Amino acid sequence: MKSYPISIKPFGERAVLVEWPMEVSESILADILDFMDAFKELEIPGWEMSVAYNSLTMVYNQDHIDFEATKKMVLECHEKQAKSKTKRIQHLWTLPVCYDLEFGMDIEETAKTLGLSPKELIKQHTSHQYVVYGIGFLPGFMYLGGLPSTLEIPRRAEPRLKVQKGSVGLAGKQTGIYPQDSPGGWNIIGNCPVDLFDPNKKDPCFVRVGDKIRFESISMAEYKLHKIEGEVGIYEPEKVVLNA
Amino acid sequence: MLKVLKSGLYLTIQDLGRFGHRDIGVPISGAMDVESVKKANLLLENDENDAVLEITMTGPTLQFEEPSYICLSGAHISATLNNEPIENYKVVKVEKGDILSYGRLEAGFRGYLAIKEGFQSEKLLNSRSQFYPVTKKSRVKDGVEIPYNKTEDYQPKISEVKIEEHFDRKTLHVYKGPEFSLLSDGQLTEIFTKHFTVSKENNRMAYQLSELIAGHSHSMLTSGTLPGTIQLTPAGRLIILMKDGQTTGGYPRILQLSEESISILAQKKYGDELKFKLV
Repeated sequence: MKSYPISIKPFGERAVLVEWPMEVSESILADILDFMDAFKELEIPGWEMSVAYNSLTMVYNQDHIDFEATKKMVLECHEKQAKSKTKRIQHLWTLPVCYDLEFGMDIEETAKTLGLSPKELIKQHTSHQYVVYGIGFLPGFMYLGGLPSTLEIPRRAEPRLKVQKGSVGLAGKQTGIYPQDSPGGWNIIGNCPVDLFDPNKKDPCFVRVGDKIRFESISMAEYKLHKIEGEVGIYEPEKVVLNA
Repeated sequence: MLKVLKSGLYLTIQDLGRFGHRDIGVPISGAMDVESVKKANLLLENDENDAVLEITMTGPTLQFEEPSYICLSGAHISATLNNEPIENYKVVKVEKGDILSYGRLEAGFRGYLAIKEGFQSEKLLNSRSQFYPVTKKSRVKDGVEIPYNKTEDYQPKISEVKIEEHFDRKTLHVYKGPEFSLLSDGQLTEIFTKHFTVSKENNRMAYQLSELIAGHSHSMLTSGTLPGTIQLTPAGRLIILMKDGQTTGGYPRILQLSEESISILAQKKYGDELKFKLV
């Protein structure tokens, strides 16, 4: 596996920012995840790490850090990471989306702008796999890459004060799901009935960075059923292991 | 139980924060002015992470339903216990039925009420800090009852200290942020010579500053942010992320506040002046 050059910058008193080349690429993401696995194998308590596209923020919760010593530790770990024994498991999740007009209030206008029928838009949106490049902005919000260029559309001129939880949107090169009610400027094309963040669960967010997502079109009746199943805790989104 | 008769402007339960969940987008939360909270908990011989009430500008009216010991810290908001003034950083006994209320804001912006053994509200993801949607409510409203342990008899080792408050400090200490090198000489001069003021857009998520500096057209991939990260928008606005700030952002992170300066900024309100000093 190719390993990329990294740069390490100080980030306040207890964090460093590790950066890979500034590109959105699955192979860079794999390199970051390999590094994280290798670092976790060192079993140094107190560090937390979060990925976003080409960067990794490493925060030491227990104390202030010495930058030079931390940099040395990170570089050494990056050099040795090829020998990491961890076999990471990545999943492809199928998330149901109801594209009914009741939820997808912008779908007709969006399709028109893109020169598609709403049916074609749904077909394209559901026929691609999207890579999770990061989770942030809101708890459980996934930064997804891999949107076909035919679905790229600017943000709405005026953001909405309230976008409903579960809303599926398009904006620029991105598609995504609002994990909770939030103000937002994305073009809303549907709604996903699955909870992407549940603080009462042992694992509040089932998706991991590096997983993939595909969307599946469902009817209003199926949406309501999944919603109820979710509320009583018997709904599990469909998943397959990508790298078994 | 502590009965919240009136909640005031913005009342929340906070400990020192919720760590270890940044990777799923959960901000740290926790008290804005950590320094004041640690001192109050220390006087009560609590764990420094024990939960306190964070009071913003306008204080609540609170009734104690069991005896315990309290200690106030942070902003001076003319607190009275049964109409008798009480001071910060003093361990005070409260009896069943006692009423703590607040008056005029004298100094600072956020006050704290610490209680012996801490408030015992629900812990989610290993913290009691209120942050929706981790906790069901984003703040405490009128009529809510907050649990705490009854303490009849307690002899504090130190019952009172004089603390030099940091409310008057205008200078915030900053480190270079990851995108510091993007700043032009002109922008650097503006940042380190100008006096800035806190805008109306200031809350637990972020403080925006009123004065703009020269803008930029740099675009970057979304990347990690921390409490104290100072972002520069293309229009030249400085946004300082605070404790409930999002974990990722797409604006250049030009500076990073020292942790002590986060506590200082937490006591600033709309219109207050500040300046930056690189350390």
